[in-house]
Amino acid sequence: MSEEKRVGIVLVSHSAEVAASVAELAKGLAGGAAAVPVAPAGGVEGGGLGTSAELVSAAAASVDRGAGVAVLTDLGSAVLTVKALLAEGDELPDGTRLLDAPFVEGAVAAVVTAAAGGDLDAVEAAATEAYGYRKV
Amino acid sequence: MLDADFFRRWMTTAAASVDREADRLTALDSAIGDADHGSNLQRGFRAVTAALEKEAPDTPGAVLTLAGRQLISTVGGASGPLYGTLLRRTGKALGDAAEVGGEQLAEALRAGVDGVMKLGGAAPGDKTMIDALVPAVEALGSGFAAARAAAEEGAVATTPLQARKGRASYLGERSIGHQDPGATSSALLIAALADTAEADGE
Repeated sequence: MSEEKRVGIVLVSHSAEVAASVAELAKGLAGGAAAVPVAPAGGVEGGGLGTSAELVSAAAASVDRGAGVAVLTDLGSAVLTVKALLAEGDELPDGTRLLDAPFVEGAVAAVVTAAAGGDLDAVEAAATEAYGYRKV
Repeated sequence: MLDADFFRRWMTTAAASVDREADRLTALDSAIGDADHGSNLQRGFRAVTAALEKEAPDTPGAVLTLAGRQLISTVGGASGPLYGTLLRRTGKALGDAAEVGGEQLAEALRAGVDGVMKLGGAAPGDKTMIDALVPAVEALGSGFAAARAAAEEGAVATTPLQARKGRASYLGERSIGHQDPGATSSALLIAALADTAEADGE
């Protein structure tokens, strides 16, 4: 792998297990994914279901390599918390972006694209395109 | 004029009210949501009270901005970013003024409510906190008591509505017949504002 900076990926779910498992799944399905910083931010501190602004901020900071951070969420408070943090301006690293994408399929697409060296725009496009993958 | 202490007392009054009504909010939320609204807001407003005691911000805007930040980080549910945005936007609109008038507060709250509508995408009639907040802001020009009455009426008027935003919207027609928990807690927040003003003789 080259030395170029990778886009960081943050996966925000109401459930810690869902966030961690989707991170594992996405990395497992992407070749060269070891080079991609992926961090789950699931549930609230203490383990319950919900969204923790602190866990999201910490996850985003942990994957920031200077190439931008792509955030994927499940629903409800996960979406609203990330949007509120982005509106704050100083809570998330510069170049952090909430992607409009399905959680599991979007995470796989995002990690694969980031592993291939795609920039934040490419990662966003790939994750959003995952909405178009019909199953029936 | 309303100073930082007034806004601090508004927040502590709201925290006491949420404590008192937490079971009712959770009961409303168990009918059409996930039964955590009371406990979530209780945790959030307790954090607000603790932060205000610790940091003692010296302007109205700083009090609300700090309170909003606490709600975003501690509530854990959708009401955190929504109420957090309401208070932060309102606080930012108040700027650095050491004291603000009623009209300035009404304008700032309007900016806060606009921020909530933009964040959550809800409009009046969607059976959300907006249904209490919009009438309250509109009535605030006529005084705090009018705002309290308008918020309460707005909350009660959510009962026959079908939810179009949030978890309750998944229930479709089954959301009809239940008062919205978010509109109910919004009415508590506005009632706390009116109580604080009345205690001051405003």
